[in-house]
Amino acid sequence: MLISEQKPIEEILSYLEGDKNIFLIGCKGCAEGWGSGGEKQVEEMANTLQEKGKTVTGSVVVDMLCDAALSRLKLRAYKKEVAAADSILVLTDGAGVQTVAELVDKVVHPGCNTLSSGGAHAEWKEAERCLECGDCVLEFTGGLCPIARCSKHLLNGPCGGSQGGKCEVDPDIPCVWQQIVDRLAKLGQLDKLERLVTPKNWSVSLTSGPPVKRLS
Amino acid sequence: MKTQSNLERVLEAGQFAVTGELGPPQSADSEIVRRKAKILKGHVDAFNVTDGQTAVVRMASWAACLIGKGEGLDPIVQMTCRDRNRIALQMDVLGIAALGINNMLCLTGDHQKFGNHPMAKGVYDVDSIQLVKMVKDMRDERKFQCGEEMAVEPRLFIGAAANPFADPFEFRVARLAKKVAAGADFIQTQIIYNVDKFAEWMKMVRDRGLHEKVKILAGVAPIKSVGAAKYMKTRVPGMDVPDSVIERLQGVPKEQVSKEGIQLCIDIIDQVRQIEGVAGIHLMAIEWEEAVPEIVEAAGLLPRPRFVT
Repeated sequence: MLISEQKPIEEILSYLEGDKNIFLIGCKGCAEGWGSGGEKQVEEMANTLQEKGKTVTGSVVVDMLCDAALSRLKLRAYKKEVAAADSILVLTDGAGVQTVAELVDKVVHPGCNTLSSGGAHAEWKEAERCLECGDCVLEFTGGLCPIARCSKHLLNGPCGGSQGGKCEVDPDIPCVWQQIVDRLAKLGQLDKLERLVTPKNWSVSLTSGPPVKRLS
Repeated sequence: MKTQSNLERVLEAGQFAVTGELGPPQSADSEIVRRKAKILKGHVDAFNVTDGQTAVVRMASWAACLIGKGEGLDPIVQMTCRDRNRIALQMDVLGIAALGINNMLCLTGDHQKFGNHPMAKGVYDVDSIQLVKMVKDMRDERKFQCGEEMAVEPRLFIGAAANPFADPFEFRVARLAKKVAAGADFIQTQIIYNVDKFAEWMKMVRDRGLHEKVKILAGVAPIKSVGAAKYMKTRVPGMDVPDSVIERLQGVPKEQVSKEGIQLCIDIIDQVRQIEGVAGIHLMAIEWEEAVPEIVEAAGLLPRPRFVT
């Protein structure tokens, strides 16, 4: 169970600036359980976005979004709606956002912060995708997490040890910054990486914050 | 002039700058530092002391800097984000400036896995670019990272690193641009053996006009043996050692390899000096500081500029 909560609406709207048409994705697993991105929240978000002048091209709530095979099947039925969207807003934890980023060649915005794994790690079998840092940065990194997947948690691009797509620490580890650059290049969004990302708020993370998570 | 730094003065005067690396000991032996500083004196405009390079425990950079300063040299303290969070970093910045050190190179740091304490917890609270910005705001805005103000600011000439040989190659200049935007005054690059690739990178640097906003010092280093060259090629992250370099060293008798390694370094200095936008060199004679005077002299970089104060 990944425990998440929605980011403040102002932050979400700042991500969507310049995008008119939005496709919405939620999850009937953890996000439904925690009220951050189930059926109800997706519907509410669709209304809010429309009130703010956005067009919601469509929405889907997948049973377990972090199950890539299942989500691929589900999304196939929404090909047209996804294609019509400028970007996708995902209302669930970091694992779900990264599933969508892996499946769809569109800009993916995280709508939630992941607060805790609650003991388990969703359906990602092959690697840790979310460290529950509580301050989701996937917006700035093409939907791939440098907190969980960069050995130095870098926020402003690859270190000097990235070579041939591999992390300097271990040749079996792909350099996530290479993947981020590749993905944003494919999406024509490399300029996103020119922005200076400021120091992160670690006080809300599982490992650096207070021992009791702030759960609403 | 933003600071009292000799390096800044040399660069501002439009002189081709020379900095050199001093590796601190894995002990509390101050004599080693003094001996190395004496070798470098008169041959460099400023000297860097590494900060736990390859994540091996060594004498603190600021401490060795202070010993070298006592010998009359201008120190560049190196500061990594691997071992300190933003609180420790800012405390060290204040202390370093208070001790009269004028230059600081901001680095993320070699990963702890490579060192002699691979079980250590890496910090990485901020990255090197955020560190540059933090020091710049402390110096120019008198502000801590949290936004609070201070009475006396640390006057540091701010440096950062760049590696033209790492991937993704196309992104490397964008990353340099971020360091410049964050406030870097000077750049010291990774050691150059592939001059063609460095020249290609410099062209991209000039295309963005970055060479006019930041002083770029090209990293160079002599190689002592064929084994060392092969080790750098295969084992050191972010290095690019072309086969032609190894073949050149293999082409001379064994007892002449180190001499050839020095000549190779001199040749590379001659080549990078011709590249528009290169403001100086950073000479990293790792555990071989004795080679520095010979290289600097043979490269025609003596005498070093002196300013009357």
